[in-house]
Amino acid sequence: MSALLVSDHSEAPPVNNAVYDVARLRRAFPILGREVHGHPLTYLDNAATTQKPKAVLEAIEHHYIHECANVHRGAYWLSEKASEQYEQARKDVARFIHAAHAKEIIFVRGATEAINLVAAGFGRSLLKPGDEIIVSEMEHHSNIVPWQMCAEQSGAGIKVLPFDDRGVLQVAELERLLSARTKLLAVTHVSNALGTVNPLKEIITQAHAHGVPVLVDGAQAIPHLPVDVVTLDADYYVFSGHKVYGPTGIGVLYGKREALERLPPYQGGGDMIRTVSFEKTTYAPLPARFEAGTPDIAGAIGLGAALRFVESVGVEAISRHEAMLMAEAKQVLSDIPGLRLIGTAPHRAGVISFTLDKVHPHDMATILDRQGIAVRAGHHCAQPVMKHFGVPATARASFAMYNTLAEVQALGAALRHVREVLRP
Amino acid sequence: MTDIADLYQELILDHNARPRNNGTLTPCSHQAEGYNPLCGDTLTLYLQVEGDIIRDVKFVGSGCAISTASTSLMTTALKGKTLAQAESLYRAFHELVTSESPRADEALLGKLMAFAGVREFPSRVKCATLAWHTLEAALHARKEPVSTE
Repeated sequence: MSALLVSDHSEAPPVNNAVYDVARLRRAFPILGREVHGHPLTYLDNAATTQKPKAVLEAIEHHYIHECANVHRGAYWLSEKASEQYEQARKDVARFIHAAHAKEIIFVRGATEAINLVAAGFGRSLLKPGDEIIVSEMEHHSNIVPWQMCAEQSGAGIKVLPFDDRGVLQVAELERLLSARTKLLAVTHVSNALGTVNPLKEIITQAHAHGVPVLVDGAQAIPHLPVDVVTLDADYYVFSGHKVYGPTGIGVLYGKREALERLPPYQGGGDMIRTVSFEKTTYAPLPARFEAGTPDIAGAIGLGAALRFVESVGVEAISRHEAMLMAEAKQVLSDIPGLRLIGTAPHRAGVISFTLDKVHPHDMATILDRQGIAVRAGHHCAQPVMKHFGVPATARASFAMYNTLAEVQALGAALRHVREVLRP
Repeated sequence: MTDIADLYQELILDHNARPRNNGTLTPCSHQAEGYNPLCGDTLTLYLQVEGDIIRDVKFVGSGCAISTASTSLMTTALKGKTLAQAESLYRAFHELVTSESPRADEALLGKLMAFAGVREFPSRVKCATLAWHTLEAALHARKEPVSTE
């Protein structure tokens, strides 16, 4: 085992509810100790991906070193062990999002594949010409393009639920958009470009009153907020493992049992069938029905470890810590001359987007990088959001459980340095 | 270690703050659009070519400091050049910003040598080359907008 992965299983969870010990928490993330361009790494691009705690790296390594076998195969010990761990990860996910049954958890590559799975099913079997899908204006491209593709295939149309100049969804517009033609509403829980937390309960209740199922993109919510899919009454809820401290390549489609069962299979192959003959093939029940081929076993196990790690810190405690970072960031950034916050919704989480007068976000990001500060610059795969605000791109700082007030202040100081370098 | 000032040279900052040849040129003999989908930079390049000589060049667009300065400096370098000279400049500039050990023709490149630092910033190479790819598209009359991706 590499030095990096040396574990200390005797250690209690890094944080208890009484004191949020961020310094101790940071030691659980090996990469946070490194330097970039001669400066300590200040990682503020958590909305793109989060860093991984040792517990996740160890779980993956443990699987490959001690329990590597394919799942749901032969009756031998190693395969049984791997299957058990893989199914334990499914239970971990179900517990984490408060799903009623583990079989409502489908492992996929990420939020993007989860949305594509649902969209492909709707396009192939459930939509007809003249039907409509409602998508919000603040969606990531991954919650726009699959619906456009399935609309094109089926002859359905797309309607857009707009947001206002603060970045707040105009939920009152829903009443006008929802009709007998509406077959699905796709909306994000938290905007990746603006940080807006949407009033999901209200949106879902309204959609359900019209008999319309709702798919929620939870990719940006899952690391920041407690998620209870049953209380929300979401029909589908999707997220990516790597944005919640897990590995890349694994993600989750949650669906209510009946919402999943009305979808046709996505990919055909091994594991997703009950019987195969050249005359007729029958499909396996949930969740196997949607998991054709050998899944990302190690990825699922890593995700399970990540969610247990998050639970050991406490989602509520993380939420409170990040809210403090967001408040500090808003304060620090507002004091910088020429800085404009993009997205000023009263309820935000994790993400703060901004532009600097006469400075392109790409230049900002390069100059910050030379001081070890990683932020995202670009359109954040949300070009309709950029268009709404009349900007080609923004810079975005996004927070995780391990960020500190000192890092937020370092961002502020570095942004002042940007103007000194560029003298725009 | 490279310093941030290696990228943001005086000349680049100057051309970013006050881009030369900024505006449209209509009518013109050649025109092309460039787009960098990663950062949303857009560029429309106009050229007036008479015989074999580039008589005038103008551009409009929005972009980062590197992209804006690169376009501005390119337009100043191209005026009065033959098409063959423009091609040579294109190749020399490309080598300057992308090659690991460029054999920079300083005499040919002149002020464009200000972009020598770009190759130390791999994520910014496309910012520097967008204008030049758009030039290629304009001179070869490609109908599709050029994209850095």
